[in-house]
Amino acid sequence: MKPLDRRRFFKISAVSLGAGALYRFAAPALGQAGEAARLLGGKNGETPTSFSFVQFSDTHVGFNGPPNPEGTRAFERAVEMVNASSPRPDLVLFTGDLTHDSEKPGEHADRMRLFRKISSGLEVPKVYCVPGEHDAALDGGALFRDAFGETHYSFDHRGVHFIGLDNVSLKKPAIGREQLDWLRKDLSRFPATTPIIVFTHRPLFDLRPDWEWFTSDGDQVMQALAPYENVTVLYGHIHREHAHREGNTAHYASRSLIFAFPDPDTGVPKKPLPFDGTKPFDNLGIRRITAGDASQPVRLDEVELTVKEHAGTIGMQQFRKEGEAL
Amino acid sequence: MKIARLTLALLCAAAIAAPASPQDEPAASDSAIAITAKRFEFQPAEIHLKAGEPATLAVTSQDVTHGFFSRPLGFDEELSPGKTVQIHVKPEKPGRYTVICDEFCGSGHGGMKMTVVVE
Repeated sequence: MKPLDRRRFFKISAVSLGAGALYRFAAPALGQAGEAARLLGGKNGETPTSFSFVQFSDTHVGFNGPPNPEGTRAFERAVEMVNASSPRPDLVLFTGDLTHDSEKPGEHADRMRLFRKISSGLEVPKVYCVPGEHDAALDGGALFRDAFGETHYSFDHRGVHFIGLDNVSLKKPAIGREQLDWLRKDLSRFPATTPIIVFTHRPLFDLRPDWEWFTSDGDQVMQALAPYENVTVLYGHIHREHAHREGNTAHYASRSLIFAFPDPDTGVPKKPLPFDGTKPFDNLGIRRITAGDASQPVRLDEVELTVKEHAGTIGMQQFRKEGEAL
Repeated sequence: MKIARLTLALLCAAAIAAPASPQDEPAASDSAIAITAKRFEFQPAEIHLKAGEPATLAVTSQDVTHGFFSRPLGFDEELSPGKTVQIHVKPEKPGRYTVICDEFCGSGHGGMKMTVVVE
């Protein structure tokens, strides 16, 4: 049997749910399973098997304005869709801006609680979050930590090493020296063949610095990841899909669950795209992505989503009426 | 290859905005262009500079900490409230450059920007 090329082993296909992206990891063909297990087993204590996960981003709970007067409707619909999917994903990753910031006393905490209430409806084994600037930049991440724990961390799942990075809590678009040191130490445990998924809020490369679509020390993150053969970075922040490859790393932006930003290359100003009440999930994205190793180009398929009529949203007003927040 | 790309990037950046040397710096502070920052705007929203000529920007935050960032013009400053930061620039290439606040300052932060026109 031809030895398994681990770069071929790590193939990702992703199906958007119109409100996030569902990623499926392909396990090796049956005859190669033992080889894959030999390669991966013992490296991080897990044997690879097929699994899927979903990325949510930029739910902005608490936002209510012309770009989306329906608040949490898309978020709630996305939760319904994940729960209705078969098989259910193993994980859901939230890549920041879970909430919209507020300086009114107690209101941001209310929004964080409402986020937790809606996200707790996800019938999946695990949910992981990293903060966006609207969650954590004004208080250095204190509220986020109260709700979810550390703003950066890592874990292993079925042979894949996941790393959540925080590039918002320093107020500026940066990771910072302390977290970079942690990242290098975390990575040092793994061989170059380990599949790695980084999830964070802002892009780790200079997508559009004049729109604040960058991380000032993202290049140092990428240097630390450079020795690894299969790295995928999932991020949000830009409220639109985007795919980018540099070396062994594929970067994917997920659409938002609140409103979309335009394509900056069209020369338009950075303003949310207008809301269309007849198509409430328009621009929030329906996306199918198939991505592979360095030799396989990224494939993006746009898929129409049939919108199920929704009974209503929880929303801040109802949340308060229920007496759960105040 | 990576080094060549980096070198090229540095050369490009230098071509757009060479840092001003001490003799380039305007002698009197009253020749500086005053800019104020407050949530969520810079005033004035647009300034004009001449290509190849040194200039000083005197930027002051009137409320909270802001950032003052432009990658092609080569500055990334933190603006503490009430403290004026002097930024010496010598833009070489004509064009319109966007300066943004890159320190999150509230809900309108994403739209806080100004334009430097180099003629």
